[in-house]
Amino acid sequence: MNDMRIVRKDVDMNDTKISAKGVQVFYGDTHAIKDVDVEIRDKTVTAFIGPSGCGKSTFLRCLNRMNDTIDICRVEGNILLDGEDIYDKRVDPVQLRAKVGMVFQRPNPFPKSIYDNIAYGPRIHGLAKNKADLDEIVEKALRRGAIWDEVKDRLDAPGTGLSGGQQQRLCIARAVATEPEVLLMDEPCSALDPIATLQVEELIDELRENFSVVIVTHSMQQAARVSQKTAFFHLGNLVEYGDTEQIFTNPQDERTESYITGRIG
Amino acid sequence: MPFLWLVLIVLAIAASGYVIGRGRAMQSAGGDARHLHSLPGYYGWNVALKAAVPAFLVLVLALIVQPLIINKTVSSMIPESEIAEGSNLGLVMAEVRRTADGIDHLVNEGLMDESAARNARTDFTDITQRLKDAGQVVTSNITQPVLAAAQKYRVMNGSGKLVRSALVILVALAGLLWGLKESHKDFRARNIVERSILAMLMAGASVAVLTTLGIVLSLIFNTVEFFKLYPALDFFTLLEWSPSFSGRGGSSALGVLPLLWGTFYISIVALLVAVPIGLFAAIYLSEYAGPKVRAFAKPMLEVLAGIPTIVYGLFALLTLGPMLLSVFGDDGGLGWMQGQRAVMTAGIAMGIMLIPFVSSLSDDIINAVPQAMRDGSYGLGATQSETIKQVVLPAALPGIVGAVLLAASRAIGETMIVVMGAGAAASLSLNPFEAMTTVTAKIVSQLTGDSDFASPEALVAFALGMTLFVLTLALNVFALYIVRKYREQYD
Amino acid sequence: MSDAMNNPANSLLVQDARTAKRNAAEKRFRFFGIAAIATGLVFLVILLTAIFSNGTGAFQQTFLTVPVHLDETKLDKAGNRDIEDIKKVSTFGYNPLIQQAVFDMVQAQGIETPFTKRGDMKALISASAAAQLRDEVIANPDLIGQTIEFRVLATSRVDGYLKGRVTRESVERDKNIDAEHFDLVDGLRDAGIVKKSFNWDFITGADASESRPEQAGMGVAMVGSFFMMLVVLLCALPIGVAASIYLEEFAPQNRWTDLIEVNISNLAAVPSIVFGILGLAVFIQFAHLPQSAPLVGGLVLTLMTLPTIIISTRASLKAVPPSIRDAALGVGASKMQSVFHHVLPLAMPGILTGTIIGLAQALGETAPLLLIGMVGYIASDMPDGFLGGFLDPNSAMPAQIYEWAKRADPAYYERAWGGIIILLMFLMTMNIIAVILRRRFERRW
Repeated sequence: MNDMRIVRKDVDMNDTKISAKGVQVFYGDTHAIKDVDVEIRDKTVTAFIGPSGCGKSTFLRCLNRMNDTIDICRVEGNILLDGEDIYDKRVDPVQLRAKVGMVFQRPNPFPKSIYDNIAYGPRIHGLAKNKADLDEIVEKALRRGAIWDEVKDRLDAPGTGLSGGQQQRLCIARAVATEPEVLLMDEPCSALDPIATLQVEELIDELRENFSVVIVTHSMQQAARVSQKTAFFHLGNLVEYGDTEQIFTNPQDERTESYITGRIG
Repeated sequence: MPFLWLVLIVLAIAASGYVIGRGRAMQSAGGDARHLHSLPGYYGWNVALKAAVPAFLVLVLALIVQPLIINKTVSSMIPESEIAEGSNLGLVMAEVRRTADGIDHLVNEGLMDESAARNARTDFTDITQRLKDAGQVVTSNITQPVLAAAQKYRVMNGSGKLVRSALVILVALAGLLWGLKESHKDFRARNIVERSILAMLMAGASVAVLTTLGIVLSLIFNTVEFFKLYPALDFFTLLEWSPSFSGRGGSSALGVLPLLWGTFYISIVALLVAVPIGLFAAIYLSEYAGPKVRAFAKPMLEVLAGIPTIVYGLFALLTLGPMLLSVFGDDGGLGWMQGQRAVMTAGIAMGIMLIPFVSSLSDDIINAVPQAMRDGSYGLGATQSETIKQVVLPAALPGIVGAVLLAASRAIGETMIVVMGAGAAASLSLNPFEAMTTVTAKIVSQLTGDSDFASPEALVAFALGMTLFVLTLALNVFALYIVRKYREQYD
Repeated sequence: MSDAMNNPANSLLVQDARTAKRNAAEKRFRFFGIAAIATGLVFLVILLTAIFSNGTGAFQQTFLTVPVHLDETKLDKAGNRDIEDIKKVSTFGYNPLIQQAVFDMVQAQGIETPFTKRGDMKALISASAAAQLRDEVIANPDLIGQTIEFRVLATSRVDGYLKGRVTRESVERDKNIDAEHFDLVDGLRDAGIVKKSFNWDFITGADASESRPEQAGMGVAMVGSFFMMLVVLLCALPIGVAASIYLEEFAPQNRWTDLIEVNISNLAAVPSIVFGILGLAVFIQFAHLPQSAPLVGGLVLTLMTLPTIIISTRASLKAVPPSIRDAALGVGASKMQSVFHHVLPLAMPGILTGTIIGLAQALGETAPLLLIGMVGYIASDMPDGFLGGFLDPNSAMPAQIYEWAKRADPAYYERAWGGIIILLMFLMTMNIIAVILRRRFERRW
């Protein structure tokens, strides 16, 4: 299988992008994430699966410090990006998020034109030298987002006027435009219809060439389709982490097996 | 006092109706409430409502119609020659009423007997003298026709009152009997009572419509009256505002434009103070402030909104004006300002008043921008201020524009601050330190002190009121439309 | 991209120049926000400081406490203590007695002064003092012939001198009083004769004429405001609740309902002065209700506060969950019964809170009162009786404040500020009650 060869290549490179050790997350008094260790590899799609409320989204949001925007949230433990602690005092979350982009559950285009939606990130990070350069970045991002052909004639139209699937691909293109190294996706297909889901899944597969992708999903089929590595979360614990094939065919933990066979979750 | 008695009598009839009706219904069911269609109380209420409601309607109708009829009859008694130059029928009628009140008073005090009061042939100098002796305020020039009219007025009023009371009590009793006749166990009392209550609820809701109707009608009638006396073209195009004080000269220049200019200028100054401060305060409170700061600063700012406008007026007049004068005035200042009252004085005070208005409206509107928008921006590595400036504010812009328009409408309609802080002379100057006057301030000055509603100088206030009403209404409708559209977008 | 981790320029731990610049912009922006809030709060502080520093003086008034000999030959010539005879002596009969008393006191204290006649003391004594003494004598004729300790109300100039408002320089051109009088006041103050004390008359008293600011009080205006609020409460609460119940629970979706809704939301934004015009045209011109009467003021304010009350009442009706209505309907109650037995009682705290806030708004409103004639004259008498409270001409607190602010004598400004303190006390109390009601009875479903 094509997929398997690439996975093997990644394993050969042994290139850890993000490494989390002993991560604990508290929401006020609630202990949401309990002692999670995980290593996320570069140029790989890693899927977080688990029943709702298991903490997979929470953990994902720790990886680019989106939880900072929530006052009562507290994170303990180490999360290293390329060997640097992202919770270090010297780290500016703004700089971190330029490297670790994010795509959300519901498509959230800004109420601006399609062009301005994509150009937003490059503009704030000063990635373009001039207008022509910016045009190029926008086109490249839209192509990577597999939406260029649909919108190239109406870049001035508002992004909110697109269909749900198009909006989500626009949001992915928007995230890609800032040239992040890691792309976090929080259930990116949960608000989409099956056809749009398929398009987004194909897109994710393509993105793997350039980015390390982490995707949270509640659909096991989706995890099996798009990911090379899978992590199973349950009640705030990371129960099992390994190659997708192995998790789905030969789970080690009986909770994982119960979830996969549909007995819990 | 008979009026109060009348009300009490009707209420007493209704109350007894309740007791009797309830009793009759119970009796028809053999004393067992279970055989009744409705709860016993409903039968009582049915009777009480039928006794009281029509009676009160008749009373209200009589109160409105009776003076109209009497006025018409009595005013026809006054010959054309009685109406002096520059005066009108309304003024003479007011005198008739005053004279009648005076005679009433004399009779009540026992200083005059009823027959003398009614006798049309009474020597009127005698009555005038007696009125004056008794301390009744009566202008010196009571004439024979006025006195005759006053006597007629008294008589008609007296008999009118009698007829009215009789009619009301009769209607109440008829209602009572009607209700009692219905008080039978099979009667659907609850449905009837509930339908009447519903009608009353609906009447309550219709008060809002009646109020608007009252405002519009009273403005239109008097405005039309004004335009009969004063050319409408002059009102809308003249660049001068100088009413003559005598009310008879006819040399008044009543152009609305200088007043509108003053109104807009002061409103603009107010908005220049209120919008930046209010908007930034709202942004800080909704995006940055922790719960503690918010819990303290938000109510504190809202205190500014709870302070009555008279306080801001006094503040402008006695604190802000002198303060500005010491900086910008002739005396040791920059020499731009002549007196304490100026566009700046009123504008700044009004701006302070509007800060919480702008900030709480903008706060709501900024909070309505979905969190997903912000997350999307943060997820791309934007700082908070970048997110606010480039995502949140553009998204909230229509709502904020609506809020600013609402604030502008407030500023235009504000009265006390400009009455006390802005000055009395109309001017078309650009200098913000000059005294100017506004539409609202002139409405007040044209309608207070002088009770002669017939002169163009007084009636112009209604035309000004109309201008103000149309202006603020248009602004409000437009602003509410924008805000509603905006909210629908995110709902 | 894979060499990112080796390139120090790309390290997360080092802030690049652009990020530093962006963070500086962030700080500036945040500062603007703080500055805006601080400005707003500073305005509040300035406003409150102005009110309290200027207004507290109104609660203190200067009196001269002197023994006044109530001369029988002047006050009761017949000597038979006939109350009718005593009443015939006007204040002109009392003035010399008070002036003499003050003059004697000056002599007794040995204060050096160029004034040699008792008439020169007039500048110190309020024109109201004689009337007060006369009232006291008429209330108790037995005092005649005795010498009583009497608190003589000082003129507003003397009062202002003690409060620092009036200075020796400022009275140079004043024809009522001279700097020498202030020397006298200084002497009397050192002797403890001239003293400031708490001014109950300001809270309970009536307005006074233009030339006697020292006697003016808020009491009558407070009564006027009270009756106005009574009218507002009795009219606006039932009508407002009826309208809200109709619109929230019964109104069908039709044009009439839409019309009512549009009217309510627009009335909420109509300038208050327009309601004044309405009151003038409808209640006074058309219906011939008496001018300046609290009844008319109350009716105008009712129409003005109605939208506020309706909006808050509807909000509290809406907050009662539909399950309550369903439960009542489920046991066979009629729609009307479910509303009056269940929904309305549950919504009551919210309705009351909204009503109190509406009342507070009405209490501070001035503009419409100007048009229906509640300013421009002196509200010097308490209304007689309950009905008179509604129908007799009266002032209202904010109208009284405006009236004082218009008068020429700066002594009245102090009264105006003081009046504002009283008004704000009322508003604060009402708002606190509303907050407590909300806290106590607020129900989260």
